[in-house]
Amino acid sequence: MHMLSQFNRKTICIISSALLLALLPMLATLAGEPYLVSLFSRILIYALAAASLDLILGYGGLVSLGHAAFFGIGAYTVGILAHHDFEETALISWPLFIPGSDSGLVAWPVAILVSALLAAIIGALSLRTRGMHFIMITLAFAQMLFFFFVSLEGYGGDDGLTLFSRNTLPGLDLGDDVQFYYVCLALLGAFLFLAGRLVESRFGMVIRGCRESEKRMQSLGFPTFRYKLLCFVIAGGAAGLAGALIANQVEYVSPGLMHWTRSAIILVMVLLGGSGTLYGPVLGAAAFLLLEEVLSIYTEHWMVYFGPVMILVVLFARHGLFGILVGKENRHG
Amino acid sequence: MAEPLLRIKSLCKSFGAVRACHDLSLDVHAGEIHALIGPNGAGKTTLLNQIAGDLSSDSGRIFLTGQEITHLPLYRRAPLGLARSYQITSVFANLSVEENMLLAIQAHHGHSFRFWGRGLKDPQLLAELGPALEAVGLSERAETIAGNLSHGEKKQLEVGMALACKPQLLLLDEPMAGMGPGGSIELSKLIRKLKKEMTILLVEHDMEAIFSLADRITVLVYGEVVATGSVDEIRSNPAVRQAYLGEEN
Repeated sequence: MHMLSQFNRKTICIISSALLLALLPMLATLAGEPYLVSLFSRILIYALAAASLDLILGYGGLVSLGHAAFFGIGAYTVGILAHHDFEETALISWPLFIPGSDSGLVAWPVAILVSALLAAIIGALSLRTRGMHFIMITLAFAQMLFFFFVSLEGYGGDDGLTLFSRNTLPGLDLGDDVQFYYVCLALLGAFLFLAGRLVESRFGMVIRGCRESEKRMQSLGFPTFRYKLLCFVIAGGAAGLAGALIANQVEYVSPGLMHWTRSAIILVMVLLGGSGTLYGPVLGAAAFLLLEEVLSIYTEHWMVYFGPVMILVVLFARHGLFGILVGKENRHG
Repeated sequence: MAEPLLRIKSLCKSFGAVRACHDLSLDVHAGEIHALIGPNGAGKTTLLNQIAGDLSSDSGRIFLTGQEITHLPLYRRAPLGLARSYQITSVFANLSVEENMLLAIQAHHGHSFRFWGRGLKDPQLLAELGPALEAVGLSERAETIAGNLSHGEKKQLEVGMALACKPQLLLLDEPMAGMGPGGSIELSKLIRKLKKEMTILLVEHDMEAIFSLADRITVLVYGEVVATGSVDEIRSNPAVRQAYLGEEN
């Protein structure tokens, strides 16, 4: 009976927030605040980035402070492709001519692939370390990338790149905020569903085992490195997709997207919402960005007020907002 | 005599100036329960760690069924038929009992790059899960988070996970430690039953259990083998009595 009510609590939370998000554009219109749609698009995009970090942080036990690298590289992929498309210049002119593109069907998968590839390289090196060293090495890689793009004058350097318009998708007009919002919602929903299956699969079991004790996993006979690497690559690819979306949402990309403070913000979203829950980070992203929105009305130093909130959550709700919402027993992971 | 299942030749391991294992040679034959005894700090756990691959060896060689495993990485040893339980229980504390067991079963069911089917609903794995939990008496506790088990139950799970790997050679590091008397008896029964299926190298302090279980005993003192022999031989060996059984005259 107890188990049942717990189960319901989690399901009710998820279904009601899904319903709220699905109806949001309508509610925003009714409230006469169409601006809410773009705020919530932003929330959905950061939720995707945070949920992807949760795969390696919450399930894999790997604290990365470089997740924004994948977010940023996904955004830049979209930005650079759109730049070449607009200028009608070649992205690569030799050995074969590759033009830019403003199609989401091209740019988004490429963004996922590029960030997954980057994750494979960074992961292959950083996953040989653990704990504090892992934090530092992921941070170092992300900062290297940040300074690389700062110095990349061809693509705007410090100033970044402005997109002429959002990407195109057949049958949709992404320039319309409501349609763009639903695309973000669909992609986040798809990711949460797939990642939910992933963490319960045999692969996910291995990842969760590694979080508990990697040595024990190895003595059971699991070559843990390759499992962790693939998990890192999946998380990187998903963060790349989030980056591609954020580039579209603000129609602008800059090195700031991959600055280490951005990684820290994504990390805070995961911890605030509850790590190892997948849905928690969504909640965390919403809480973070809404608080930022509300508090910054009153002061530009809104972090002064956000700080205590974060401290309270970390002190009194070890499993974050999601843990408070669904009860202790029913967190997953 | 046939080739021993495990052969250790002149194995050495030092931690700085401390010699944990020195020119140690040892054979474990297929089908026997071989007990490793010795005073604290004799290097028993170090030796198990070297065999299992948790620790590297400075020199010497280790063979399992004739194949050299001295420098094989930890994860490549389990597929060769090696499993171990740890002295300090190292079950996955935040996973449930059944998830713990499932991982041990999953480990010898090919690769785990399977992303869709739920592990806990996989008929292939479930077929083994029930009997594996049953074998160590944890069927009732399947859904309990392993960290919430009693000390004895954790030990049972630990041993059960090693068994689920279906090893040829099972390394048990003080399985009785911290168990109540009832638990020790249960575990002794289990170990005796296992003897039919696998070879066991057992480190234990409970002398009563050892004398009743072991076929052969090796005595380690300061990383060196003092004696190897049957229970009776070891019992009556004066060097052993002095070094280990603590008799002064």
